[in-house]
Amino acid sequence: MGSEEHWEPKILAFLCNWCSYAGADLAGTSRVQYSPNIRVIRVPCSGRINPLFILKALQGGVDGVLVSGCHPGDCHYLSGNYAGRRKSATLKRFLEFLGIEQGRIQFSWVSAAEGVKFSQVVDEVTKDIRRLGPLKKFKKSSAFGVQSSES
Amino acid sequence: MVQQQLREKAKELLSNKTVDLIIGFGEWTLPLRTTPVFIRTPEGAKSLVWNSFCENNLTAYLHKFSRLKVGLVVKGCDARSVTALSLEKRFPNHPPLLIGIPCQRLVDRKKVKKAVKGEILQAVEQGDLLLVKGENFEVSLKREDFLYASCRSCAHRTPHQAHILIGDPVEEVSLVDAHPEVSKLEGMSPEERWSFFEKETSRCIRCYACREACPMCYCAECFVDSSRPRWIEKSLSPSDLAFYHIVRAFHQTGRCSGCGACERACPMDIRLTFLTQKLNQEVKDLYGFETGIQPEAAPPLSTFDPEDEQEFIK
Ligand code: SF4
Ligand code: SF4
Ligand code: SF4
Repeated sequence: MGSEEHWEPKILAFLCNWCSYAGADLAGTSRVQYSPNIRVIRVPCSGRINPLFILKALQGGVDGVLVSGCHPGDCHYLSGNYAGRRKSATLKRFLEFLGIEQGRIQFSWVSAAEGVKFSQVVDEVTKDIRRLGPLKKFKKSSAFGVQSSES
Repeated sequence: MVQQQLREKAKELLSNKTVDLIIGFGEWTLPLRTTPVFIRTPEGAKSLVWNSFCENNLTAYLHKFSRLKVGLVVKGCDARSVTALSLEKRFPNHPPLLIGIPCQRLVDRKKVKKAVKGEILQAVEQGDLLLVKGENFEVSLKREDFLYASCRSCAHRTPHQAHILIGDPVEEVSLVDAHPEVSKLEGMSPEERWSFFEKETSRCIRCYACREACPMCYCAECFVDSSRPRWIEKSLSPSDLAFYHIVRAFHQTGRCSGCGACERACPMDIRLTFLTQKLNQEVKDLYGFETGIQPEAAPPLSTFDPEDEQEFIK
C-alpha cells in the first residue's frame, strides 16, 4: 500500500484501435517521453465505450479515466466517435453533477500521426489528476471484494 | 364528468372490439391510492376510476401485452413514455390506443400522511379540496399544497398524442425553474453534492421497485442481474448503491418522461427523479431534445450531429 505522500495517480486509458492506440504506438517508437501513469486498454472504437466501463474502473480503484478516439470525420467505422461523443458528454456532465470532480474523466481525439499530441494529452491528464489527488468518492474498499491492486 | 366519460368510452371500445384490453386505474382498498386494472369485457368498464391518486405510469404494463390490442389510459407524462417507446420500436404489431386525460396533477400521499396525526381511513376530493378522515380527525386540505414535485415541474400535462382525449386540455406552462432540486444541488460544492447523493442512496435496499415501475426499464436482462460480465456486486456497500443509481438513471438519458413513478414506488422514500431530471436538462441543453414531445426525433443517444458540442474533448 503506497501511503498518500508516495501516491501516484493511476489512470485508465481507453484507446481506439485505429487512431489513438496507433498514436500511442507512434509516441513509443519515436521515443517521446510521457507520464507512466496510464494503463492502456485497446478498444475497437471510442463508440465502443460503455459508460459502465468508466464507472467500473473508477469503482475498482483508478483515480481517473481517459477515453481517446479518432478525430471527427476519421472514424474507421464512420460514425462511432460521433455516437460516443454524445454518451461522453452526457456522462461527464452527469458525474460532475453528482460530485465527481471535473477532470476525473477526460476525452481526447488523437490520430495515428499524433504521437506528440498523445504524450501531451497524457501529461496534462496526469497533471490534472495529480492535482485532484486520489479518488475517494465512489471507490470500493477491498473489504467488499474488489481488490484495488497496487502497482 | 371525466370518470363517467372514461367509462363510457372504454365500454364502447371493448364492445365494438376496437381493443382487446383496457389498462386503467381502479378503486383500491387503501385511501389515497388506486390500483391498475385490466379490463376485457364491456361490463368491466365501470370499475375504472379517475382521480388525483392515479399515480402509476401504466405504460410499464404494455411490455406484458404485446400481442393484444391495448387501450391505455394515459396522463401527459405516460403518453410521453409511449412516444419514447415507439421511437425505440417497441410496438411493431399493435401500437396502443391511447385514451388520454389532461392531467390535473397528482396528490402526494406521503405528504398528506405527514400533514395529519393518525391513520387515514378515507380521502375524498371535492373540487380544490381534499377531505381526509381518520378515526378521530377530519380535515380538509388544499389540494394545491400536496402535489407531487414531479407534477409541479411538468410542462406538458395534456396528452396531445392521445387518440382519444377525455376532458378539456389544460394549459401548457413554461416553468421558470422547473427542477428546483436540481438547481439547488448545482449551487453546492462537488463534496456536498456527492454526500447528498450518497446519503440518499445509502438507504436503498435494492428491491428494484424503481426499475419495475419505470416503463423505460424493459431490458430482458438488467445490468444488475448480469453475471457475465458481472457489472455490480450484490452488496449494499455505498459504492455499489451509487453505482446502481448512476447507471439506472443514466440509462434513462433522453428517455425519461419525468413521470415520477420510480420515486413513488420506492419503499425507502429515496429521491430519484432529480437524477433523471438533470439528465433530461442535459439533453435538452446539448441536443434540444425533450422526451416524448417530438414523435419523429430519434432518441438523442442513438443519433448524433457532426456539429455536436465537443468543447470538453482535448
Ligand atoms: S425514470 Fe422514473 S420518472 Fe423517468 S420515466 Fe422512469 S419511472 Fe418515470
Ligand atoms: S436499469 Fe438499465 S439495464 Fe436495468 S432495466 Fe433499466 S435500462 Fe435496463
Ligand atoms: S425502489 Fe428504492 S429501495 Fe428499491 S431499489 Fe429503487 S431506490 Fe432502492
